[in-house]
Amino acid sequence: MAGSSQVSLTPTKAPAARVWHTRRRSLQRALVPFAFLAPFLVLFAFFLITPLVYAFRMALYNERIVGGTVFVGLSNLEQAVQDSSFYTGLEHMALLGVVQIPIMIGLALLFALLLDARAVWLPSLFRFGFFLPFAVPTVVAALMWGDLYAPSFGPLSQVSRDLGLGTPGFLTSGWMLGSLGNIVTWEWTGYNMIILYAALKTIPPEIVEAAAVDGASPLQTALRIRIPFISPALVLTGVFSIIGTLQLFNEPQIMSVIAPQVIGTAYTPNLYVYNLAFSSHEFNYAAAVSFVLGAFVFFTSYVFIFLTRKQR
Amino acid sequence: MTALTTFLEQGLTRRNRRRSFATLVMLLFLVYFMLPIFWLIVSSTKSDSQLFSTFGLWFAHFDLLQNLHQVFTYDGGIYLTWLGNTALYAVTAGVGAALCSTMAGYAFAKYRFRGRNVLFAVVLGSIMIPQTALVIPIYLLLSKVGIINTPFAVILPSLVSPIGVFLMRVYADRAVPDALLDAARVDGAGEFKIFRAVSFRILVPGFATVLLLSFVATWNNYFLPLVVLSTPKYYPLTVGLAQWNSSSSAGGGANVLFSIVVAGALVAVVPVAIAFLLLQRYWQGGLTAGGVK
Repeated sequence: MAGSSQVSLTPTKAPAARVWHTRRRSLQRALVPFAFLAPFLVLFAFFLITPLVYAFRMALYNERIVGGTVFVGLSNLEQAVQDSSFYTGLEHMALLGVVQIPIMIGLALLFALLLDARAVWLPSLFRFGFFLPFAVPTVVAALMWGDLYAPSFGPLSQVSRDLGLGTPGFLTSGWMLGSLGNIVTWEWTGYNMIILYAALKTIPPEIVEAAAVDGASPLQTALRIRIPFISPALVLTGVFSIIGTLQLFNEPQIMSVIAPQVIGTAYTPNLYVYNLAFSSHEFNYAAAVSFVLGAFVFFTSYVFIFLTRKQR
Repeated sequence: MTALTTFLEQGLTRRNRRRSFATLVMLLFLVYFMLPIFWLIVSSTKSDSQLFSTFGLWFAHFDLLQNLHQVFTYDGGIYLTWLGNTALYAVTAGVGAALCSTMAGYAFAKYRFRGRNVLFAVVLGSIMIPQTALVIPIYLLLSKVGIINTPFAVILPSLVSPIGVFLMRVYADRAVPDALLDAARVDGAGEFKIFRAVSFRILVPGFATVLLLSFVATWNNYFLPLVVLSTPKYYPLTVGLAQWNSSSSAGGGANVLFSIVVAGALVAVVPVAIAFLLLQRYWQGGLTAGGVK
């Protein structure tokens, strides 16, 4: 901060007035960043901190038909930690995440590397085409894939039958996680590709050229130089994917319309919380479950960041 | 076209063979990414009965205009209301979130103050909070203050974009040189004047990126409006379409025709797709900031 130098440039005043003036200026200066932060922080306090505190408070109470609102301490949270419906959903998401996230980020990385190395023709077509699903609302994405999956009139089934392979059971309980994973992959691969591609663009060209001069093959350059260089961006896409997967809601909620027997009320943790609150009107218990879910999201993200940091 | 000419001129050198193979693989994936969109376009040209009786991935009788007419007239033209609502929510939330994020990110990047790191850590950590953990208490709190089931219930929470603050901090860190700010201060400009006249101009590309991302996030948001709105005339497209979809899947005479749902879905996608096509340099360049930090 160029505080003192600026004050000396102000026109000379009586000494006492000048001291007062300087103090006022420095106080003003200290408040400047908070003035810039104010609009965001006010909204942040109202729509993030307050609801969070409120949800925690709710989790400590129960609504009783007789007796009204009663303080129950941690019993809702204890119940949530042991709730088998919650764990069913969590298991689904863990299974989905372990398989789908590596596939999605692997593909995004492959595409980004190929585009960045100018290894393909028509790069702008691929950049736009792969990113386009991000522009499609998840509701519409789930709706489209749901119809593509449909066993009777769905085109994927039509093609499969024409090839003599029978009707695939996209919407059966055995395939549903895979079918949802495909929708998520379709939606987010291009977005992750763009983040990784942008990170690759920041590698100083000299480094890659030097490697080429030393006789490194494109594959070696990718594995030894370009991928390690963008590892922070890879971790970032990984964390965002974990957070997104554990919170999956829109896709299963829309798909439950066409496969209600497979996607029950607790197919994902967020679906369970939503149904607890808005079907069963157990708002207090729903708040408790969402808190436990939040703890899992935090925990998983930090474990992931910790594990990936160790390797660097 | 130039790519093709070079290709022909140079013939099948080793590099070109490799490049052609990579391009072929990418083309297969392009088919995968375009398949649902192609299906949506094809399906929106079909009548309701043809949707179930003809091959899904090719055109039959061309009924696009009839379908669009039905989309915009069904149930007293409610779709147009939803489209207007979506545009209103997305534009106000997009501009508002981008402004708040730009100022906050600028403050984090360019000023040293007490509690800066703690505050920033809190903002970043908030990205991990599950939607439900927030949306349910927001629903209850907004019910208490009486703005539940109004446009404000969707717009106000959408103004908070921790990712936007994160992106703008990284962007301002790199784009706005301290020397420039000091020079402006020496010239006697106040901090807010400097922000308006100097810094903001430099931050415009980052601002546009956050605007685009927040606009799309609000345009496509489903969970928040699903919870906080109950009157159809306030619905955005996502909630309206989901409701039409449930109704049409339930079958029966009084329900929404499937062809209307499909054509309505196409109309919902087109504006954002065009925005992305026109604003390529923002989402391609501006996301850089988030990627490298």
